Amino acid sequence: MTAPKIRLKDVKKSFGEKKVLDGVTLDIAKGESVVVIGGSGTGKSVLLKCILGILLADSGVIEVDGQDVTHRRPADREAVNRKFGMLFQGGALFDSLPVWENVAFGLIQAEHMPRKVAKEKAIETLAKVGLSADVAELLPVELSGGMQKRVGLARAIASSPEIVFFDEPTTGLDPIMGDVINDLIVSTVRKQGITALSITHDMHSAKKIGDRITMLHQGKLIWVGDAKIVDASGNEYVDQFVHGRADGPIKMQVRR
Amino acid sequence: MNFLATIGAVVLAFFGHLGRLTIFTATAVSHCVRPPFYPRLIGKQMVDIGYYSLPVVGLTAIFSGMVLALQSYTGFARFSAESAIANVVVISLTRELGPVLAGLMVAGRIGASMAAEIGTMRVTEQIDALTTLSTNPFKYLVAPRLIAGLLTLPALVLVADIIGVFGGYMVAVYKLDFNAGIYLSNTVEFLEPLDVISGLVKAAAFGFIIALMGCYSGYHSKGGAQGVGTATTNAVVSSSILILTFNYVITELFFGT
Repeated sequence: MTAPKIRLKDVKKSFGEKKVLDGVTLDIAKGESVVVIGGSGTGKSVLLKCILGILLADSGVIEVDGQDVTHRRPADREAVNRKFGMLFQGGALFDSLPVWENVAFGLIQAEHMPRKVAKEKAIETLAKVGLSADVAELLPVELSGGMQKRVGLARAIASSPEIVFFDEPTTGLDPIMGDVINDLIVSTVRKQGITALSITHDMHSAKKIGDRITMLHQGKLIWVGDAKIVDASGNEYVDQFVHGRADGPIKMQVRR
Repeated sequence: MNFLATIGAVVLAFFGHLGRLTIFTATAVSHCVRPPFYPRLIGKQMVDIGYYSLPVVGLTAIFSGMVLALQSYTGFARFSAESAIANVVVISLTRELGPVLAGLMVAGRIGASMAAEIGTMRVTEQIDALTTLSTNPFKYLVAPRLIAGLLTLPALVLVADIIGVFGGYMVAVYKLDFNAGIYLSNTVEFLEPLDVISGLVKAAAFGFIIALMGCYSGYHSKGGAQGVGTATTNAVVSSSILILTFNYVITELFFGT
């Protein structure tokens, strides 16, 4: 039996007294696209950062291709990180570099590709996300939110990673642009056989880009299932979240 | 009891801060001496620190030299010791005023900008993005700034020394009617290599401190725009205090009896 691409076993992470991840267990198979849903501040981004080594888990095991990477600091795991690409919620584009250099950053710095060749590859990758070569010389600040997401996506896939994380890929975009990004994610992930882990609040996006959906609530994954059955999950927490109801077992703390 | 708890919390926070700074410094220095190096980024930082600071440091130096000559003349004339002005100007500038004033001006200009840039990168997840692109943030962001600070400030101070001495010369010759040749020969005659060397060593230390505190404050900033503002203030205040502290320590090492 082949090991899953990513395996999380009883992963815990706290900040002071606050337990953010309280025993997260999940296997993600090679080529699979899993979406984590959950309310704001439930620890979805922390989960991604623990897998990437940006944050260290307090306990539990995180494996990538069967290799335990739980307690490796980023500096010690550059080889593992080459397997990853990430689309950040706010884009996280380097604002002092032009678009092409943002896209080619991993190729130049980590793979030591000559700048000229890397620029050609960057322009090719920009075309894959529907951006023309004219955009390559612009600075990120000159782009719209949708274009920044596309550049972020191009940067995430430029080095042909085996795994890509998508952090709120459609947040802050209008519905049409959001759907364009969803389509781009689906086509790039399927075409390149990438393993994807996404986090989102946007149920339309979750159903479109995910093979499986799981919900993180109070530090635990309370439901995992096929994306097609999320509307009829039978779990009252998932049901409340999916239908966006204020009434239900999830209580929002609102001060009056 | 609450009073003691407050003192305890402040002391613990101080030592926590000191520990983080020590680990940050050790990590940063280790990345300065291990490949890969980024000559392109080092060069860019050297231009930012050296070339673009030249106008402000030059103006500070020339007016300091001019004031020094004028004040020394006012004081020394009472003892008929006006001939010592050239000596006072050159020694004060090379040993103390050149490195300290340049250090403080660069701390305000470069320390603040480093903290703001790295702080913004921190709060907009650009530093996390570096990690996901298999690039060590210490190697890419911190090490080039430390190396550039260490190498560039001595050169900047050397220029400041020359401009400051020229300021003193202008006041002495054109305002106080000193003989130009005698003033210059007094300047050269009384200047010891150690005066210049001690100033340059101070400059190197101050350049390192400015870059270190700028990077450290920015790297640990959090909480959006307010956090970046706090990081910028911390960078300038802490590097200014450290410059004055290390100025004494290095002076003691070179000239202490």
